[in-house]
Amino acid sequence: MNMFDWLQLILYVGALGACVRPLGAFMARIYEGRPPRFIGFTRPIERLIYRLARVEETTEMDWRQYSASLLVFSVLGTLVVYGLQRLQAFLPLDPEGLSAVSPDSSFNTAVSFATNTNWQGYGGESTMSYLTQMLGLTVQNFVSAASGMAVLVALIRGFTRHTAATIGNFWVDLTRGTLYVLLPLSFVLALALVSQGVVQTFSAYPEATLLEATTAPDGTIIATQKVAVGPAASQVAIKQLGTNGGGFFNANSAHPLENPTPLSNFLQVLAILLIPAALCATFGEMIGDRRQGRALLAAMAIIFAAMLALALYTECRGNPALNDLGLDQSAGNMEGKEVRFGSANSALWAVVTTAASNGSVNAMHDSFAPLGGLAAMWLMQLGEVVFGGVGSGLYGMIAFALIAVFISGLMVGRTPEYLGKKIGAFEMKMASLVVLLPCATVLVGTALAVGLPQGRAGVANPGPHGFSEVLYAFSSASNNNGSAFAGLSANTPFYNGTLGLAMLIGRFGVMVPILAIAGSLAAKKHVPSGAGTLPTHTPLFVFLLVSVVVVVGALSFFPALALGPIVEHLMLPA
Amino acid sequence: MTDSLRGPRTFDRKIVLEAVRHAILKLDPRTQLRNPVMFAVYLGSMLTTVLWFRSLAAPSGESSAFILSVSIWLWFTVLFANFAEALAEGQGKAQADSLRKSRTQVTAHRIVERQAGTTVDVPAPELVIDDLVVVSAGEVVPADGEVVEGAASVDESAITGESAPVVRESGGDRSAVTGGTRVISDRLIIRVTTLPGKSFLDRMIAMVEGAKRQKTPNEIALAILLAALTLVFLLVVATLPAYSRYSVDASGQGATITITVLVALFVCLAPTTIGALLSAIGIAGMNRLSRSNVIAMSGRAVEAAGDVDVLLLDKTGTITLGNRQATRFLPVDGVSEYELAEAAQFASMADETPEGRSIAVLAKNRFGLRGHELQGTVHEFVPFSANTRMSGVNRDGQVVRKGAADAVEAHLRQLGGTMPEALKGVVREIARSGGTPLVVSRNDQALGVIELKDIVKGGIKERFSELRRMGIKTVMITGDNPLTAAAIAAEAGVDDFLAEATPEAKLALIRDYQKGGRLVAMTGDGTNDAPALAQADVAVAMNTGTQAAKEAGNMVDLDSNPTKLIEIVNIGKQLLMTRGALTTFSIANDVAKYFAILPAAFAATYPVLKSLDLMRLSSPASAILSAVIFNALIIIALVPLALKGVSYRPVGAAQLLRDNLLVYGLGGLIVPFVGIKAIDLMLSLFL
Repeated sequence: MNMFDWLQLILYVGALGACVRPLGAFMARIYEGRPPRFIGFTRPIERLIYRLARVEETTEMDWRQYSASLLVFSVLGTLVVYGLQRLQAFLPLDPEGLSAVSPDSSFNTAVSFATNTNWQGYGGESTMSYLTQMLGLTVQNFVSAASGMAVLVALIRGFTRHTAATIGNFWVDLTRGTLYVLLPLSFVLALALVSQGVVQTFSAYPEATLLEATTAPDGTIIATQKVAVGPAASQVAIKQLGTNGGGFFNANSAHPLENPTPLSNFLQVLAILLIPAALCATFGEMIGDRRQGRALLAAMAIIFAAMLALALYTECRGNPALNDLGLDQSAGNMEGKEVRFGSANSALWAVVTTAASNGSVNAMHDSFAPLGGLAAMWLMQLGEVVFGGVGSGLYGMIAFALIAVFISGLMVGRTPEYLGKKIGAFEMKMASLVVLLPCATVLVGTALAVGLPQGRAGVANPGPHGFSEVLYAFSSASNNNGSAFAGLSANTPFYNGTLGLAMLIGRFGVMVPILAIAGSLAAKKHVPSGAGTLPTHTPLFVFLLVSVVVVVGALSFFPALALGPIVEHLMLPA
Repeated sequence: MTDSLRGPRTFDRKIVLEAVRHAILKLDPRTQLRNPVMFAVYLGSMLTTVLWFRSLAAPSGESSAFILSVSIWLWFTVLFANFAEALAEGQGKAQADSLRKSRTQVTAHRIVERQAGTTVDVPAPELVIDDLVVVSAGEVVPADGEVVEGAASVDESAITGESAPVVRESGGDRSAVTGGTRVISDRLIIRVTTLPGKSFLDRMIAMVEGAKRQKTPNEIALAILLAALTLVFLLVVATLPAYSRYSVDASGQGATITITVLVALFVCLAPTTIGALLSAIGIAGMNRLSRSNVIAMSGRAVEAAGDVDVLLLDKTGTITLGNRQATRFLPVDGVSEYELAEAAQFASMADETPEGRSIAVLAKNRFGLRGHELQGTVHEFVPFSANTRMSGVNRDGQVVRKGAADAVEAHLRQLGGTMPEALKGVVREIARSGGTPLVVSRNDQALGVIELKDIVKGGIKERFSELRRMGIKTVMITGDNPLTAAAIAAEAGVDDFLAEATPEAKLALIRDYQKGGRLVAMTGDGTNDAPALAQADVAVAMNTGTQAAKEAGNMVDLDSNPTKLIEIVNIGKQLLMTRGALTTFSIANDVAKYFAILPAAFAATYPVLKSLDLMRLSSPASAILSAVIFNALIIIALVPLALKGVSYRPVGAAQLLRDNLLVYGLGGLIVPFVGIKAIDLMLSLFL
């Protein structure tokens, strides 16, 4: 790493850190229903939405109603996206005349965007019409992110409320998150990206004359190329802010029209962690104890820093297999990376995008050194709780905190309590589900894929690397990340089906238990803390929380990782 | 508490042998099904046994001896878990037996023939309703009942908290007496109205024996977490053959992982250490409680004790000594303190009540006054009676009396004297500051006042500050007026007090704390405590208390020692801590086991994976076997800790967590590396 890499890193951490507190406090006010004056002008729009949707703003829901609303909304969203893909040939805004997407791919993509995963088995510019991109995918980018934030807010209300039956109104939380948080931020970011050269147009793909003509394998001479364009900037902004990650173009943020300059790269990678990090502060604000939010943020930051260090080390030191060839490796392991970003920026992006359940890429993770790939893969396998998705990352981390509190509470001789709420059998049952389900989906999905011929057929690289590709795919889908190790041909009925299922389990198998915890906590009394209560804002607790996350992740995936990236690493020349 | 009352030692020979027998009996699948973690191990043991038989019939690549060894050690794992539970249960049984024997019994004088006044002594539990019993001064009322003859002053301080004796007499609304109270003067004939608690106590002791032990809420929550972990590891192991087969195909060498190794890996990863000891820890908690002579109605109550935030303590007997003691002589003008002390001691010569004795002691301490020469003088003792409310002595024509101010005033007036106004002022002053004034008179002259005060127990202040460090708030409950209460509360160092406490006020206080989310513990023994006891989360009834109190509480203290609550809280905390510590230890152990088993299982497929074998174990078979053996032996090694409990110190929660994490977390990480390596070295001598 050179000095600029270090500067860039420091700038990144500084900018992110500076945004956490103000944005966090802002979001807390939004969800508490008292928007600051500067955004108050949208209040009439909010009221109009409720009137049109016949939503009573003040009517509250218990956790079952909240879950039901969330599920109904997500199913409807999935159906709309599925329908748009299947019918796009008959709908407007299809200048390239793209035909209907196959049923299995449509299912996979619909689920993928509704679950905030944004796994893409397709290539955007050659598959999706502008209408599908905008009305289907971009809309889901907004509302799936807002849904995740809504569930988090409902969980926070579980902590703040005292013997209450309700945890808020899903429709209201969904509307507020979209209207006050995601839309304004996306608007600003989209404009900034356009200024850097990200395209935003409805026109058909222009034809450009190549500077140097090439010859196709069949002998025809190619002198021109169609340049894919479209309304990209508006989608790219929310793709990063909402931890969606689904690229407008197939190459995602490695594509020069999706991420043209170092500045656009910086803004995008900052946007990825912006809301997940700030939500920790929102959490602290809403429960009335900022230290608690900082503790969770610190726990995330520690794991993030460790994985970032690993990825930076493996990517910047170059490929040991090439050492003997006498190549200059001062640029690091440049295979699969964009020259305009370089190794350090690519490693940073990879760790950021997998820590958050974003999944957009500016380099090909498949070409990372084995341990760099492991860092990305493992961050997802931890359950996407190191920042994670907007909302979903923090509620996952809180589930881990419940487990950490439970174990540590026992060790200090008290029935465990977190933020004044006693943790009983029901909470443990639900928290266990939250941890267990994505884990199980990754393990079983990978076993099916490497065990069945349909699964093995998609593996391009034999050996441990092929295994890593499959493991990565299921880790990504089950934890709603959406990034891919390239090299796996996943646009097949087998992978579209199994990965789609994995995304559904990883999303709703976690959300519903979280809402159940919210309901159960809200109904409980608030226990005042005393000298016998274990403080949960101390470095000691942060250490314990990190240990629980890391130990659960390590114990669950050590065998699988040993047979994939670890063995691959050991096979490298020293 | 004497040593003979203490329970049997941890490894009493007889109990151990019995536990071994039960360990085998517990292999019944219905018993095993109760513990999901161990049931999984149980199934694993059976599976490997079948594999061993199959390998004998049709040899495969895997050696039969290896399968047999793994299988045997898996069975041992199950047996060790059974043994731990059986040992705890055996101790519980022995404990219950010794409780039955050591229970203090009150002897009742049952009237056989009322006219003739003949009585027969029987143990209180053998009384039946409508039996008539005689209770004389100094004796304990054997059962709840109604006074049918006589009047007496009764010390009910153990029950009501009010230190002044009360009058109980036949007829009217002062005729009810409570079992466990003490008659101070006179003699009563009582008709038994409630059965003493024989059947009740026995029912509770039977519960200690563990026959009907139910899982506690916290135990259930932990069991869920352990089951979830077990499930994760089951999935890890179940998906491994597919990964292994793929890897074998990819590398073209080695063989797919065998079922024996998978079972071994699963058992090593599953939280068997805590799973095996979980129920033993719970039973041992109950045992520790009964070892300190407290019987808990349920494990739930023991667990709740660890969570208590507020302790309600009766003043009398808990914070102060049971009775008031003389602290000062306050003479009227013209009388020396020495003269007053002499007269006071003189008047108390026949007074055998604690108050009376305390006057004699004060006189001796202040002026070195010994008992008067009584020889050759004409004297007549006048004992305290409920009617006169005075006691004293008539000697040489002198009439010396001491008693309540109004009683002495009436007595003086009878003799033609008056009470000086100044003295009345002193009396009022003492009463106001929480003391009890006793006026001493000689003939028709009042000499002065003796001040009786509550004496705070030695060392109680330190106990309270210890409780404060544990995060527990102490509240003193007393029938005294607020001023007195405040004075004693300040002296004893309690956090708060409830003065002029009525049963309703107590109940309201408890409800109030509970509404604020706090867990309340209290002790009580009177029938009027019953509603509060029923409301409190942890309610310890005194064995000397009434039946109603015992039924309402969820624990009974056979020693009737109210400070026992502190010990109970400790035991509750220990119980939870032991669970937490062993869970942490169990999970931390997995790291070393992975490093032992994974290289052993996969090095044939990918030889580079040998570098993960940090312990440099002698062979794959020995590595796997060593991990399995370590996993089994650690259960036995931790049985004493499970039964004894992790020790609790009253330090802050953070400090406790740090210490326990260091010992059981870091220890759990390191110990298996050492243990597995040691076992491997030993095995390599044989293999």
